[in-house]
Amino acid sequence: MRQALEGSQAIARAVALCRPGVVAAYPITPQTHIVEGISKLVADGVMDCELVSVESEFSAASVALGAAAAGSRAYTASSSQGIMLMSEVLYNIAGLRVPMVLTCANRAVGAPLSIWNDQQDSMAVRDAGWIQLYCADNQEAVDTTIQAFRIAEATELPVMVCVDGFVLTHTMEPIDLPDQTVVDAFLPPYRFARMLDPARPISLGTLVDPGWFTEARHSHHHALLKALPVIEQIDRDWQAATGRAAGGLLEVIGPADAPTAILCLGSVASTFTEVLEDHPPGDPVKLIKLRAFRPFPAEALRAACVGVKTLIVLERALSPGLGGIVSVEVQATLATVPDAPAVHGFAAGLGGRDMPVELLPDLLAAARAGRPGEFTIADVQLSKLPEEDR
Amino acid sequence: MLEIRIHGRGGQGNVVAAYLLAGAAFEVGRHCQAFPAFGAERRGAPVTAFVRIADRLIRRRNQVRTPAFLIIQDDSLLHVPGVLDGLLPGGGVLVNSTETSESLSARLGVATASIPATALSTEILGRPMPNVALLAAFLTATGALPHEALDKALAHRFKGEVLERNRALMARAEASVPTGLWSIDVNERENHAAGA
Repeated sequence: MRQALEGSQAIARAVALCRPGVVAAYPITPQTHIVEGISKLVADGVMDCELVSVESEFSAASVALGAAAAGSRAYTASSSQGIMLMSEVLYNIAGLRVPMVLTCANRAVGAPLSIWNDQQDSMAVRDAGWIQLYCADNQEAVDTTIQAFRIAEATELPVMVCVDGFVLTHTMEPIDLPDQTVVDAFLPPYRFARMLDPARPISLGTLVDPGWFTEARHSHHHALLKALPVIEQIDRDWQAATGRAAGGLLEVIGPADAPTAILCLGSVASTFTEVLEDHPPGDPVKLIKLRAFRPFPAEALRAACVGVKTLIVLERALSPGLGGIVSVEVQATLATVPDAPAVHGFAAGLGGRDMPVELLPDLLAAARAGRPGEFTIADVQLSKLPEEDR
Repeated sequence: MLEIRIHGRGGQGNVVAAYLLAGAAFEVGRHCQAFPAFGAERRGAPVTAFVRIADRLIRRRNQVRTPAFLIIQDDSLLHVPGVLDGLLPGGGVLVNSTETSESLSARLGVATASIPATALSTEILGRPMPNVALLAAFLTATGALPHEALDKALAHRFKGEVLERNRALMARAEASVPTGLWSIDVNERENHAAGA
């Protein structure tokens, strides 16, 4: 049913529709409203699940890991320093190949302390071995949350649903929450084949010596690559069930043959979609909205870039001392392609800086004036810095 | 697209005001969006919230820089730099103040209407919560949405005596501003906002 809902409440309701057995979480801005929402749904008897309030994010992830390993559908959510504190457990969850879902309400990582949105937190754990899906709006956040449980259970991998903090989590907008019957049909009860069961004792998390570690890593890497078609198929299944897709691996918006493309992740893709509706047709520009960051959809990206001469990559995180994270990966993916586009990397919107509609024409102008392969923080105000830091 | 910016202080129900206005727009089938921009998370700190209402899907998620209207929940914020920034020509400012509309308009140099929302809410709700009074006055002054829409949005959030008291507050606030003071057509603003 279509309702005007705050993003966090919509995500909480979407989680409830998935009937998790265990939710464990520790509050942190801007994730808090999601967990509060779930807590209320449990208290009101709407959700029948074990809600575990823990003393830290490390414990939240550990409880979810234990629950998922014991065969329960498990969920947690966090942000920023919370994701950092979880990071050891996040690697374990993925390495043990335990399916569960985590919402990352994306927030900058301190220092300097910031409660506001960027995507440094999820980018910092991109190599933990989780599937990472980025959402452009709250409808995608709802649909991706529900899909995430099915992807996790189909692949036996954990899925992180990345939702821009405040920009999405605190935005009220009309959202269609699917009926319980639709979700039940899409997401049937799950039995984890390797679940911890006293009747069939197995060990999970044993020491792996150099004779096997490489093979475990190889297998994990390939499990993620094999998840690529699964993510696409589950989005198609969702579209068949609801009439709505959530962006597959990536989505190309605008003229397919445009020589200029902008690749971005998260809510700025929503803003840019609207800006491009009014963009002059004489200067065709298309948007490549990257939804799956892990696994990285290399083949889909190469296909989306056919005919593109100039590719702008905009990201909301920074690898200090290198520059772009996404832009470097995009460049590497396109390196062997004949007539590969010139890639121009930009970061913007760090620590909650607003990304106005003018950012798109500004990026186009900067890319056209800049050198390929360059990386720039597009919205830095150098006049605020002492001369030697500029 | 109609863009509105709401300024208040932490604890004044600023975000709730934005959600109620967007919720009211949803009730009459409009597309809507509301979100806050927090500063420090504490009572009394300036808080800004944004509302967009349109007849087409709203995809932009940037902050409202060129609002058609400003709603100011605390007149001490009029002294904060940037509060009046970007107000579109022909736009209006609705302020919770005991100063007269004429005096404020002259002082600020923009069309301003005032209602004593703190006094009204203290009298009717028993506490200084200016947001619903300002929203009701805003709808009266602009005709942006029917009052029933706000009533429905309130009924989603409040029940029983609290709802009834808020309804009484709405009625008093509606009578405090001239009807159609700033009559607007939501779609007339579309081009303004798109070009912003």
